[in-house]
Amino acid sequence: MSLVGARVLRKEDPNLITGNGQYVDDLQPAGCTSMVFVRSTEAHAKIRSIDTAEALALPGVLAVWTSANIAQLANCPGGLPGLDQPLLAKDVVRFVGEGVAVVVATDRYIAADAAELIVVDYEPLPAVASLSAAMAPGAVVLHEVLGGNTVHFQDFENPLDEVFAAAPRTASLHIVNNRCAPTPIEPNVCLADWGRSGLTLWAAFQAPHHLRNTIAQYFGIPQDSTRVVAPDVGGGFGAKINFVPEFFLTALLSKEIGKPVKYTQTRSECLVAMLHGRAQEHDASVAFDNDGRILALKLTVTQDQGAYPNGTGMGLPVLTTAMAAGCYRIPAVAISWRNVVTNTTPVAAYRGAGRPEASYTIERLIDLIADETGVDPVEVRRRNFIPVDAFPYATHSPLAMYDSGNFAGALDELLKHVNYEELKKEQEKRRQDPAAKLLGIGFASWLEIAGFGPPGSLEAFGHLASWESAQVRIQPDGSAIIFTGASPHGQGTVTTYAQIAADELGIDFDRISVKHGDTAVVPQGIGTMGSRAVAVGGEGVKTASGRVYENAKRIAAHLLEASAEDIVIEDEKFFVKGTPARSVPWSEVAWKSFQPLELPGGMEPGALDSTVFQQVPNFSFPSGAYCCVVEIDRETGAVNIVNMYLVDDCGTVINPLLVEGQVHGGVAQGIAQALYEHMLYDPSGVPRTSTLMDYLVPAASDLPGYITGRINTPNPSNTLGAKGVGESGSVGAPPAVVNAVVDALSHLGVKHIDMPVTPIKVWNILEGAK
Amino acid sequence: MIPAQFDYVEATSVADAIRLLAEHGDEAKLLAGGHSLIPLMKLRLVTPATLIDVTHIKELSYIKEDGNNIVIGALTRHRDVELSELVKKHLPLVAHVAGEVGDPQVRNRGTIGGSLVHGDPAADLPAAALATGATMVVVGQNGERRIAAQDFFIDFLETAVQPGEILTAIEFPKHTNAGWAYEKFVRRAMDYAIVGVALQLGSQPGVALVNMSNKPHLAESASQAIAKGAAISDVLAVINNNTNPPEDLNATVEYRQHLARVLTQRAFATASK
Ligand SMILES: Cc1cc2nc3c(=O)[nH]c(=O)nc-3n(C[C@H](O)[C@H](O)[C@H](O)COP(=O)(O)OP(=O)(O)OC[C@H]3O[C@@H](n4cnc5c(N)ncnc54)[C@H](O)[C@@H]3O)c2cc1C
Repeated sequence: MSLVGARVLRKEDPNLITGNGQYVDDLQPAGCTSMVFVRSTEAHAKIRSIDTAEALALPGVLAVWTSANIAQLANCPGGLPGLDQPLLAKDVVRFVGEGVAVVVATDRYIAADAAELIVVDYEPLPAVASLSAAMAPGAVVLHEVLGGNTVHFQDFENPLDEVFAAAPRTASLHIVNNRCAPTPIEPNVCLADWGRSGLTLWAAFQAPHHLRNTIAQYFGIPQDSTRVVAPDVGGGFGAKINFVPEFFLTALLSKEIGKPVKYTQTRSECLVAMLHGRAQEHDASVAFDNDGRILALKLTVTQDQGAYPNGTGMGLPVLTTAMAAGCYRIPAVAISWRNVVTNTTPVAAYRGAGRPEASYTIERLIDLIADETGVDPVEVRRRNFIPVDAFPYATHSPLAMYDSGNFAGALDELLKHVNYEELKKEQEKRRQDPAAKLLGIGFASWLEIAGFGPPGSLEAFGHLASWESAQVRIQPDGSAIIFTGASPHGQGTVTTYAQIAADELGIDFDRISVKHGDTAVVPQGIGTMGSRAVAVGGEGVKTASGRVYENAKRIAAHLLEASAEDIVIEDEKFFVKGTPARSVPWSEVAWKSFQPLELPGGMEPGALDSTVFQQVPNFSFPSGAYCCVVEIDRETGAVNIVNMYLVDDCGTVINPLLVEGQVHGGVAQGIAQALYEHMLYDPSGVPRTSTLMDYLVPAASDLPGYITGRINTPNPSNTLGAKGVGESGSVGAPPAVVNAVVDALSHLGVKHIDMPVTPIKVWNILEGAK
Repeated sequence: MIPAQFDYVEATSVADAIRLLAEHGDEAKLLAGGHSLIPLMKLRLVTPATLIDVTHIKELSYIKEDGNNIVIGALTRHRDVELSELVKKHLPLVAHVAGEVGDPQVRNRGTIGGSLVHGDPAADLPAAALATGATMVVVGQNGERRIAAQDFFIDFLETAVQPGEILTAIEFPKHTNAGWAYEKFVRRAMDYAIVGVALQLGSQPGVALVNMSNKPHLAESASQAIAKGAAISDVLAVINNNTNPPEDLNATVEYRQHLARVLTQRAFATASK
């Protein structure tokens, strides 16, 4: 029986749900000390002086550092040269939450007490806390080298003025894609131990080899004695692929004081110091005919980079503009983008990273076209879809060469679950009844770019390469260990990889373990991000397993005195096809694979051990169709999601249970962005949502049940056919939800509402319409 | 998230708690469920030198019938109030409100006394105490004081409990078989109310508002109007009298007052069902 496609329970769960997971904060090596930050309370200020005397005098304090102690050191890796963040602020702070000083003490309480005794004398400067403020004439400049606050501006190649002028109809929207804080359950945590045998850094991270490469380079130390370990990691959502000062500071301080140094971010710190996501504004225009056929699309993305732009953040508008056209055949597309710095937390990848922003805008525009033309939104989608026979389909962007898709198929499947005509009647009925709640139906036919990626793609973000490593090693007893460079942190990869390997090797699922997250154990690796773990890493597991299996067959054939081509396997027994009575078990093949005297001619011991650096020729393009049905309380403005229908096309499904889990989680974060979460700053740059009382992460009780369906258009870029599904929900949910809300209010002339759609926003609209 | 240093002592009885309060003075705080106090300590907004843990005083955790009253010990957990058959029968509003506090974890730790003494205008139980006309029993070195709920809440996070005193019990007059409703408007199920309305009908009616003032708020004019049998529209016309609602990310003053009216109207509709 094939395990690929089976609803197998997660191998990870018994440990995690009984509290036996091991996170960095669980590690307490002998002599472990604790580091605590003093973080800026000012959004923009000169540092006149820092008085550390009282803190240093506190018993138990081992070190207090400010930028003066590390003056010779380079800034934090990952930034743009000249605009990068110092490990500790030098002379100027540029956002609330920026590290100003650190204390190391024998325990965390003493360190926190000492941090409180440090007096920082700030000379406040004017701050710019929004894109409009940062771009206003005469705005204060964050980085003098820039001369302004625009880091980079990419103009239209052709602004399509003539197409728009000649079009029967045009429409435009200004769209704010709200800034979100990733908020994984485990914040940033790291523990450094820099002793005589080298540096070991345990870190809650998504890409340990990437960090190993970078930290060794940063300190100029050899990689053979630099080890990075990401043990159990409690969620990352893209925020844990960024290099942050704490990694380098704990390492340095460990070297300095000769003891392990641990840093555990507090929840409040996490909201301002862990990099944020989204934070874009879009100016979007479409030209279309009276039947709702799109003639041209024009999009300018303005990306808030926060105070210190980084490589990932700079990549966000590139991904957004690449995916601007979504699943539609649009004859002319013009894109432009601008990166701007503000006195806010820096911005980088957050689940979806650039693609949720793209799908949100194009799907809002589709509904706008429907509204303008009177053509049903479902029909507008159908009229503009790229048809199934048009693949491979070259878009306006060289990055986005769509290789497959079935957008109409997903929508058809969705409409089997949604009783659309009934819902429309119900909507009309309720509009006539002032006591009834308003009903809204919102669709999103979304498409994203995932499975990062083809050679060169991750290199552009500073990674070593874009392959993923997989080593499959058969133990002498015939059990198997898989070492992967993908560093899962909640995805269930240990389970899916074992499923893939079990099918390829013919070894029992329970006798396959998957090791990850330790650069001393896993040969090389890239990491888990961009929905690549299965599409790239899983493909590697398949390739390496296949190679091992071929060699195992040769050994079995030798033992059975048969030809390898005739060997088959069942229940972990190799035999010649048709004669199962005479067989040799996997355990014997494995055992003998280490014994030169037992091997077929030309084979060396160790043949059942294969390492693959799996490459893929293209990105993958997961897609789907979602429908959200909302009710709106006319008196309070409260929006309630009644139903959420989700059809995904992630290609081959390795484990439906895990795909559903990923979709549910992604949709939860998408609903969160649409209705709840918004990292807000006041004009002076002080965060207004700096605790989880104000930054509203929804809980299970706030989320609807989901009705899920699926179609399968296999990914042509790997043999598994899997595309990746980690980010899909966060790409598809926001437009579905907001389209539903706008639909519910469309009879009042509402064309758009920015996220998050809060009760007061809706109430103000309802009041305004009275 | 990392509290400052403090000492910890355990009180074994009410008398012991009063003695310890006297001994440790102004710098000491009673620790009940800790679900208001500890978050403030973790943010270092409150830094008591000593915590006097009163949760081991078994004599303060009870629910009993006493003539026309139901008396609830100050250390009774929200969850026990929520599930009590006695409270459900005679004070269904109070049982229901206790079940609307936070989430199950919070309700299994937080105490009714702690919620009342904390005096948060956004909390649920103070509104229930006001609407039902409860009386607080407070004990100090000079003996016992009994304070009506409407005199108990003084200002933001400030109640009539004086330094050295402990709230021991809350006496609720029975409201058996009377109409009641609690309307809590939130964005997330586990949140504090953006606005809440606690309505008790019957022979001693009262209506109290959550998050509509600098302290838990008894809507006096509205309560009087209800007592006189006024029409709902007349109650709604005065429901916002003397309110002073805060402005925050969730609501403006205008929106809160609007919500107070809407929720009061809904409370009437529910209560009369
Ligand atoms: C996540 C979360 C969500 C919450 N949601 C809600 C909500 O939706 N609605 C709501 O109303 N509340 C909510 N709360 C607060 C919760 O109800 C608290 O339990 C309650 O407010 C305080 O009770 P406590 O026993 O925990 O008191 P503690 O925190 O121990 O004490 C609070 C204060 O009262 C004093 N005190 C306690 N007991 C006595 C006494 N017997 N005599 C004199 N002084 C005393 C303490 O010294 C302290 O100053 C929430 C709390 C959390 C952590």
